[in-house]
Amino acid sequence: MTLHSVTMTINGEIEGATVPSQMTLLQMLREELAITGTKNGCAAGECGACTVVVNGEAVNSCLVLAVECDGADIMTVEGLAHDRRLDPLQQALIDAGGVQCGFCIPGVLISARVLLDHNPQPSEQEIREALVGNLCRCTGYVRIVEGVKEAARLGTAV
Amino acid sequence: MQPKDKTPKLIGQSVGRLDAQEKVTGAAIYADDIQFGKGLLYARLKRSPYPHALIKGIDTSRAKALPGVKVVVTGEDFPNHIGLYLKDRTIFALDRVRFVGEPVAGVAAVSEEIAEKALDLIEVTYEPLDSVFDAEYGASADAPLIHPDLENYEAPNFIFPQPGTNIANHFKIRKGDVDSTWGKCAAIVERKYRIPHVQHVPIEPHVAIAQMSEDGKVTVWASSQSPFAQRNIFAKALGKSQGDIRVIAPYVGGGFGCKAGVTMEAAPVALATKAKGRPVKLRLTREEEFYTNFVRQGLIINLKVGCDENGLLVAMENQMYWDGGASTEYGVNITRAGGYSSTGPYDIPNVKTDSMCVYTNHPIGGAYRGFGMSELHTAVGQCMDELAEKIGLDKVQFHKMNCVQEGDTLVTGMTMHANGLVECIEKVAGALDWGKAVPATAANKRRGKGMALAWKAPAMPPNAGSSARLQMNEDGTATLAIGGQEIGQGSFTVAAQIAAATLGVPHDWVNIAGPLDTQFSPYEWQTVASRITWSMGNAIKRAAGDARQQILEVVADSWDEDIEDLDIVNGIVVSYKSENETPLRDLVVYGLPNEDFTEWTGGPIVGRGSFMPTYVTGLDAETGQGKRAVVHYTVGVQGLDIEVDLDTGKIEILKAVAAFDVGKAINPNLVKAQIEGGLVQGVSSAIFEEMQLQNGIMQNPSFVDYRIATSTDIPGEIESIIVEVPQDDGPWGARGIGEHPMIPTIAALGNAVYDAVGVRLEGPPYSAERIFLAMVDAGVVE
Repeated sequence: MTLHSVTMTINGEIEGATVPSQMTLLQMLREELAITGTKNGCAAGECGACTVVVNGEAVNSCLVLAVECDGADIMTVEGLAHDRRLDPLQQALIDAGGVQCGFCIPGVLISARVLLDHNPQPSEQEIREALVGNLCRCTGYVRIVEGVKEAARLGTAV
Repeated sequence: MQPKDKTPKLIGQSVGRLDAQEKVTGAAIYADDIQFGKGLLYARLKRSPYPHALIKGIDTSRAKALPGVKVVVTGEDFPNHIGLYLKDRTIFALDRVRFVGEPVAGVAAVSEEIAEKALDLIEVTYEPLDSVFDAEYGASADAPLIHPDLENYEAPNFIFPQPGTNIANHFKIRKGDVDSTWGKCAAIVERKYRIPHVQHVPIEPHVAIAQMSEDGKVTVWASSQSPFAQRNIFAKALGKSQGDIRVIAPYVGGGFGCKAGVTMEAAPVALATKAKGRPVKLRLTREEEFYTNFVRQGLIINLKVGCDENGLLVAMENQMYWDGGASTEYGVNITRAGGYSSTGPYDIPNVKTDSMCVYTNHPIGGAYRGFGMSELHTAVGQCMDELAEKIGLDKVQFHKMNCVQEGDTLVTGMTMHANGLVECIEKVAGALDWGKAVPATAANKRRGKGMALAWKAPAMPPNAGSSARLQMNEDGTATLAIGGQEIGQGSFTVAAQIAAATLGVPHDWVNIAGPLDTQFSPYEWQTVASRITWSMGNAIKRAAGDARQQILEVVADSWDEDIEDLDIVNGIVVSYKSENETPLRDLVVYGLPNEDFTEWTGGPIVGRGSFMPTYVTGLDAETGQGKRAVVHYTVGVQGLDIEVDLDTGKIEILKAVAAFDVGKAINPNLVKAQIEGGLVQGVSSAIFEEMQLQNGIMQNPSFVDYRIATSTDIPGEIESIIVEVPQDDGPWGARGIGEHPMIPTIAALGNAVYDAVGVRLEGPPYSAERIFLAMVDAGVVE
């Protein structure tokens, strides 16, 4: 088992870890660094619960190796709020009633944040398509989509 | 003076969720997030590759010798039978395996990789046996026996196993005289429906961590809807006191019934008893989540229903073969619930029902949102639609004539309570423009509307109880301890709302003592059966009422006033007589001094409350008749306006309408969120979902092959309608709504498809391919 020293920026802070070759970014976040907001729902890139931002793009963190992210800029759900001020997207999702069990929400928020960063005024269809990889079993997506629409209306991130 | 029974303003307000902020920031803790450090051991399970086989030998010696392996256990180590109702399984298979995926041995090692390697080193010798993969066949005399020891299993007195057969429970209804009434029917519909196995698919897979200390006390951290039921089962399995078992249950990342009772949690507990004090964690892979966990069991239902020339229902004969699987954790009680609700929400004078839970070599049947009702209603809802058409009545008219109403004698002999089913029918019909044909949006599409009714009672033992404890804090806020779980439905928010409304404080003055912990939380039977708002809500109302009474007694004593003249408004005790007032913070912990501070009255205020229904009666074993089978029924209606693409068979839902009678919506937004989420889960099960079981092996155990609804599959519009006809013993009239929204969906969709293109399938899923082929068979398309 080969070990690698990696350094990356996670939610604005520089983090270092020693990881085996096969360790995924998701495992590094949750098990090495105990940054547990990002969830493990399938470990196969199918449910989207582990979605994080890697260098500006939404990525299933269970499908990338930690060593591949050496030097990368990572943002997880914990990085959305600043100084106890919620990202408008987080607030909009709360206000719309888009949260139930909450397990898919970290991934949903990241996918939606990346969508709005790339496309600040998406159509409803574009929102639905951007979230197609984030499975939710509780909400029926209705209020999640409403929340993202409202966040788009309110404007940019904090 | 205030009228005492007036509904407080807070009841019926859509206050925001208590848990939303921590859930959107990633701060909410789920079981897999808890850190155990370097001492943690990782468990993996050796599973049966055979659906049915005798175990001739297990050699674990090579696994035990692998460096890093700390514990290896097999069935011999834990021979006690466990089970929620019928005690028909062991933690690990003993002498035979009964489904593909059944645990045969367990390993705990210093890493998941080593544990996995150790599994490969365990050698199990099997002798395959003939299997049962069809419940109707399983119930026949020709089928091989799956539990030859059935007569020796312990069962509660409302479950009727049939030793010498594969029937784990046979529930009967004999109401009126069915056989002689068919001749009086002007129209009869007789159909067979097959409802496939589906899986719950919470996004959070099952996870549990167990640890046994040197003094034999066991602590379990689990994603659980039922920490107290789990504690009870663990205690019995290990021969320990309930007081020596502690279950800690943080937020649940989706339950839907699959995290009720004990599923995979028994394995890490068993391993922990031999792990010398180290914690042992078992986390299911998504593949295991699909094929090894409790399932919504399949159903084969033969239904015959008839009405007279006026369209009034006369008789029903209902045969249900539930595919209980290898053992029947919840299956036996689903069978019972299917039996005592077997008419659906219709008033039928003559009923003959045989509801049978049949052992098969399929995964174990568990509780799934609806507890058998979606499956039953798939048949009932479509047969009623057919019968209305056959007798020549408008369907809305037919439903209104025949649906259960207050005072009707139900299928079990129970008298129906006040309910708003007729109002639900009318509202859904109105919202869907029922009876008004609307053209399809394209030439290659056909439009149709479908409606289906639903009912469901909480399925539980007659004496399932709840309790609550409200402790006042120094600043006048309160901490509410409950045993009901937050599984996404919003129970913590509603619990706080009920406590705050009763006490007389703003809703955000009540905190929930979490996570649930059987050592500190008061007893709750289980967070299942749509019973929490009702049952736990009653306990909370009593606990907060108790605290309120104690507070008012202290103040009345201090002010020398009559308690009847006092009230608590927005956290301030006021007297309507003297117009004195004092904030709660001045007295709820420190008490009140007399004028010269020489004496004190009161002290820390702790309110307690319990609730348990006392009036549910048993049912006759031969007729299924009794005074009161259940606590109540929640009723409702769903209607769908759809299009079917003639070129592909694909269904698009343009509009979905649902109306449910919740008695009283404590928090209307949360009720609507349940109605929407349940509807989409229902649509998902109706269009996409099926566990493809071939010779007992699931062919599609992944999200790619077992598709659930995504954000692009949702109806174009959902209208949720709340009807409120109060429940006499619910908090401010409330009854549950968690499960109901998905119950009528399959039938409503089946009826809409029939309306659109004139075909009916034998059962879901109504996938594009299956609809298209049915249209080809019926000559609708070439």
